[in-house]
Amino acid sequence: MVTTKPLIEVHHLSVRFGHQIVLRDVHLTLPRGQTLAIIGESGCGKTVLLKAMIGLIQPTAGEVIFDNQRLTDLNEKELTRQRMRFGFVFQNAALFDSLTVAQNVAFPLRQHQTVAEEDFERIVTARLAEVGLPESVLAKKPAELSGGMRKRVGLARALVMNPEVLLYDEPTTGLDPIMADVINELIMRTRSRYPVTSVVVTHDMNTARKVADRIVMIYPHARLAEDAPQIIFDGQPEMIDRAQDRRVTQFVRGEAGERLMELNEQGLGRNSLGDGEHG
Amino acid sequence: MSSPPSQAANPHPVSLMDRLSGMIADLGGAVILWRDVIIVWIETIGDATLFVWRIFSWLFSRLPLRGTLFPAFYQIGVLSLPVVALTGTFIGMVLAVQTYTQFRLIGFESRLGAVINMSLLRELGPVLAATMLAGRIGSSMAAELGTMRVTEQIDALISMGSNPIHYLVIPRFLGCLLLIPSLTVMADFMGVAGGFFYSVIILDIDSFHYWNNAREFVAVWDLFYGITKSVFFGATIAIVSCYRGFHCTPGAEGVGRAATAAFVYSFVLILILDLFLGILLDKMYYFIWPDSPKLL
Repeated sequence: MVTTKPLIEVHHLSVRFGHQIVLRDVHLTLPRGQTLAIIGESGCGKTVLLKAMIGLIQPTAGEVIFDNQRLTDLNEKELTRQRMRFGFVFQNAALFDSLTVAQNVAFPLRQHQTVAEEDFERIVTARLAEVGLPESVLAKKPAELSGGMRKRVGLARALVMNPEVLLYDEPTTGLDPIMADVINELIMRTRSRYPVTSVVVTHDMNTARKVADRIVMIYPHARLAEDAPQIIFDGQPEMIDRAQDRRVTQFVRGEAGERLMELNEQGLGRNSLGDGEHG
Repeated sequence: MSSPPSQAANPHPVSLMDRLSGMIADLGGAVILWRDVIIVWIETIGDATLFVWRIFSWLFSRLPLRGTLFPAFYQIGVLSLPVVALTGTFIGMVLAVQTYTQFRLIGFESRLGAVINMSLLRELGPVLAATMLAGRIGSSMAAELGTMRVTEQIDALISMGSNPIHYLVIPRFLGCLLLIPSLTVMADFMGVAGGFFYSVIILDIDSFHYWNNAREFVAVWDLFYGITKSVFFGATIAIVSCYRGFHCTPGAEGVGRAATAAFVYSFVLILILDLFLGILLDKMYYFIWPDSPKLL
């Protein structure tokens, strides 16, 4: 059940890498139990926002508040304790190459020793079964798995500590449409089985429409007018098709729009320069 | 008719003012470039110092996990044994080849044992073993950690509530700190054996005089001297390589650059440390044994 009390609050968040501003004054709140999809074109700062939520990236300005606690105020031990309440599904699964599938999934259990050693195998097998993977993959190394299987192992590893928040970074990128739908289905099943709050970063509109209660669209800072907000859409999935902002509709429909014109202009510019040089 | 060459090359002569302002602009650009380079260096030194501080604070606050320690020790120690043994043996033999001709001219060939063993224990054993290990272990650690950084495995580790310094760096640091001195002893031993083999078996030097001279000139202090240096070399290789791996830039190029930088920086630091530790240890020696003969 979705309650009104926000679990995650992002206040005036800005992130800059060197001279490059990625996020500027982003404000977002996420109520407990909600599934939020953050969409936007590549390089707009979706993943940076996701990583800032768990303290993997330090903001240049602003703050992230998780369950009434400001992440920047926490010491390493407290931050570790808070991070154990999260599960993070990375874009390329980020499984440890040197460990087997079973060791990867059991990794958080072993690190925090929350359950007895003899229960590890049972828990790992159960988590893998939840994501549709057989016991035969337990002894395999990540390099021996397909992209879809790796993502599912990543999801099983994220679920193993019974997290309150699940963060998905591009869960369907690089997968065929059928496997992408399997992952979408797993996200929905996880949500129905466990009382989790989820944030799904994606540029796949099928995923956003299917799994999310709410969609937020971020626009790249480099293309943004001065002082314009970086979040250009925040609403329910049904509303996004009726959005008035052309930038939103173009993204939803997958239209290049003025990008194509820019491309043509640059191409023409180069051609005319070339003509000039040869003429 | 063609125009004079000077006119053709420079149709619009540049005024003195233009040239002067151009020079000032160039100078300004150079100053800005140097300022940026200096800032980056200061940032890197500060960052590396914090990295070392975090290593030592984790080292003394929590024991490393056995599951991470043994694979690191195996990788650093056991797998390096053949290459270090080979390096040591050949250094010993090469030293015999190089010094024999010179010493024979002055009739001192029986002193070869002293020269070879002293050079090996004090200098060549520790430095060349460390150089070899910086290439073998340092580059591999930087590439491994760099790949983990690029493929978000380090982020995954943090997100699961683990500390990457404790989980990834401490086992490697301890491995280098404890096993590089042990490997240096191995290189010394093999070098002594290699030098003896070449001098006595190939060059036909009398074995009694060879060992007698070696015993007379080489003492336990020389072994301590080399091992002390190798402890610092081991720590340097671990810190530099792990730091480069952790701060790897994205892509295959970034990983390659981290591996190369790990070796180059380790090698340079080994040479610098070698000089300063040499001076320090010599001062220590003459402080403890002030009556020992000095060159100057």
